[in-house]
Amino acid sequence: MVTFTGPQIAEPLQRRAPDFNKLTGAKVEVITVPFSDLYQKILTDFATKTNSYDAIVFAPQWMGDYVPAGYLEDLSDRVKADTALQWNDIAPFFRDFSATYQGKVYSVPLDGDFQMAYYRSDILAKDNVKPPETWEDFLAIAKQYQGKDLNGDGKADYGACIALKRSAQSYWFFISVASAYLQSKGTSQGAFFDIDNNMQPLFGPNEGMLKALDTYKSMVALGPPDHLNLDVGDTRGLFTSGRCALSADWGDIGTLAIDPATSKVQDKVGAVILPGSKQVLDRKTGKLVACDATTCPNAINGVNHSPFAAFGGWSGAVNKAKDAKTKDAAFAFLSYMSQPAQANEDVTLGKTGFNPYRSSQFNNLDLWKKAGMSEKAANDYLGAIKASLQSPNMVLDLRIPQNAFYEGTALDTALAQFLAGEITRDAAAKQISDQWNKKTDEIGRDAALNAYKATLGVTR
Amino acid sequence: MSEGTIARPVAARRRLNAVSTRLDRYASGTFILPAVLIILAFSIFPLVASLYVSLTRIKFVQGGVDFTFVGLDNYAKLLVGIDHEHFLGVLGNPSVIGFAAGLAVAAALVWWIARYVRGGATVFGLVGRIVALIGISALVWLAVETLSSGGRPGTMVVTFVYVFVGVAVQYVLGLVLAMLASQHLPGRRFFRVVFLLPMMITPVGVAYLFRMLTDTSKGPLYPVWAWMGLADTSWVTNPWGARIAVMIGDIWQWTPFLFIVLLAALESQSIEPIEAAVVDGASRWQIFRSITFPQLLPVTSTIVLIRVIEAFKIVDLPNVLTNGGPGTATESLTLHAYTIWRALDFGGSAAVAYLLLFVVTFVGVSYVNFVRQRIAVVA
Repeated sequence: MVTFTGPQIAEPLQRRAPDFNKLTGAKVEVITVPFSDLYQKILTDFATKTNSYDAIVFAPQWMGDYVPAGYLEDLSDRVKADTALQWNDIAPFFRDFSATYQGKVYSVPLDGDFQMAYYRSDILAKDNVKPPETWEDFLAIAKQYQGKDLNGDGKADYGACIALKRSAQSYWFFISVASAYLQSKGTSQGAFFDIDNNMQPLFGPNEGMLKALDTYKSMVALGPPDHLNLDVGDTRGLFTSGRCALSADWGDIGTLAIDPATSKVQDKVGAVILPGSKQVLDRKTGKLVACDATTCPNAINGVNHSPFAAFGGWSGAVNKAKDAKTKDAAFAFLSYMSQPAQANEDVTLGKTGFNPYRSSQFNNLDLWKKAGMSEKAANDYLGAIKASLQSPNMVLDLRIPQNAFYEGTALDTALAQFLAGEITRDAAAKQISDQWNKKTDEIGRDAALNAYKATLGVTR
Repeated sequence: MSEGTIARPVAARRRLNAVSTRLDRYASGTFILPAVLIILAFSIFPLVASLYVSLTRIKFVQGGVDFTFVGLDNYAKLLVGIDHEHFLGVLGNPSVIGFAAGLAVAAALVWWIARYVRGGATVFGLVGRIVALIGISALVWLAVETLSSGGRPGTMVVTFVYVFVGVAVQYVLGLVLAMLASQHLPGRRFFRVVFLLPMMITPVGVAYLFRMLTDTSKGPLYPVWAWMGLADTSWVTNPWGARIAVMIGDIWQWTPFLFIVLLAALESQSIEPIEAAVVDGASRWQIFRSITFPQLLPVTSTIVLIRVIEAFKIVDLPNVLTNGGPGTATESLTLHAYTIWRALDFGGSAAVAYLLLFVVTFVGVSYVNFVRQRIAVVA
């Protein structure tokens, strides 16, 4: 089995493999590769028919490349027949979007991914500061605390710690910011391309994108000096050591913050749905317009929130080229990992990198209290995820062929160049748009549009 | 015994000799053929195959891979298309110094060709030199323009900076260390081993080492940075700071290679000319300039060529130390190819690799023909 170099994600697989071996006699070997190499490592292994891996734990958005090429086993019948898996306990979004491609199940969810905003509840409460509702609030709070001592060690700390490193997982944070300005009329509108305008990128020279780029760049100066070189592992470490007032991240900070071995902010962390915007893009004019009942039908208190299901959650899939016995064993291990008996413990441990994705995990507060969260912190944490999950304006991650190029290469490179001052804001927007258009033309505009529409039409 | 029975063995012997001669004639070729075929299979075939890949776009489809021939599209994308700023850079406004440096190089090249023509040129030699002049002028012009104010070097120029600055510093340091280690100083055996150690470490290990050392806020050198008041600054988030960090790591790793070869060359030099110079009253500098250094030139020309070719392929350090960042400031040509390859644009990646091959071959051939041969004559 292959997944990315952890310790997260690989950790629970490696930890539980010996237990699975005792139960079934099957030996599981977990191979890890850096995240930036994972997509192509799997694809080249399958395409060259090397087939080194029996199963993969991967980003479900890559199914756009893996499934049409016939590399993944259809698991639809297996999940139906496996009662221990409790398929219907998995939240509908993860069942119907993360695990499913064109009506068939190809993966078993192991993780539920939404990005949200984290704040130091003790400090904000002391100063009577409200958690951020908009990205402007986020920047204002970060500015207020930048350079202040937040953990009592006498050293200046940071307003916001955001992963900004190139060739890592940073571009998802930018999408979280941009979504607030680019999608306002519900999930089916899509935040990446204008489906009513021949698949023109929304990540291009329009006021919404430019505003998002400005917001994103403002964060550079509101963190540590080497902010540009920080990945999520670094920012999580900084936040849980009490050095940051704010962060935006997946659900991991919530569980890492309760780990007594590493956290200095136990019960001092609040979480809210991703900040939004009071202005959104008018796609016809390319201008920002104020939120009202027409422009932002899903706004809360006049703020358009577009919670981003970034990445979609780590999921397990089975190599179709393997023999039936191996495929059964691989599925059995993935099922074992996802079954509530294991998963409901793993999602409460920060070191696993797994975040809640089952109804039983959202509804059972005892799980979280047992893991060390206070009731208020647990309600806060699960509330932020639930608010994202239930939002009618949730943003789905891009799942069209070669999305690794769209996000991981074109977007990532332009953002890195923009943050480093190599290119201007306008040039960055144009560069992303040009690269995306070129790639869409290569794939075929109709094929890309159909794939994109198919993902947006998902029933949640 | 009849005449006929005597003639038969003679004829048979002649036929046997003829076969034997024919076999002898083909034996050498036959024995060498397998080796030639293997070499062709392992070196020429991949070159041809990657050339074909660089002219295609690859798509993964059910049951295999689909190649679509796109002609020179992948090259056009890099040289004049959507990726040209990444590959070649952005042209700026050259300063007076940059302009003067560019003109000086151009003038030197023209003078070099004029001198060659005056000294009796051959058609082949003249064409080769004109091609070299055009190529070098284009590369110098690109470097001057992209390194000027308002400009931004692409991965091509960044690689040139790594190669020429890095190899020059490595050579000077290696020579100084070799000169020191060749003196009869206490502990010289110990230092000979210590100076070699960096070369033994895997480049990824060196990159991680320098990543920790350049971390001003929590790395092992934090107390030093804090004492210098630099704990709140990060030099790897500044383009030139990051490039210098990469070059320091590369220099640290590869100086030992030049050191060990130059040390061997120094120790194999004959002592008599130096003793004669000392008797004639020559100073140490005069002895170095007129005797020691000229004797090192043949070795110098070889190791510099090896290092230049090797340095063009730098990838580990910028990849691990800075991920090619900030932005694309530290991205080398090989890392550029790797980044594209990672997104499964194999055609684009092969095009970058082929352009790198072209540049390395051009620099290598020019160096061998015009620099190394001249050094051999001087030496």
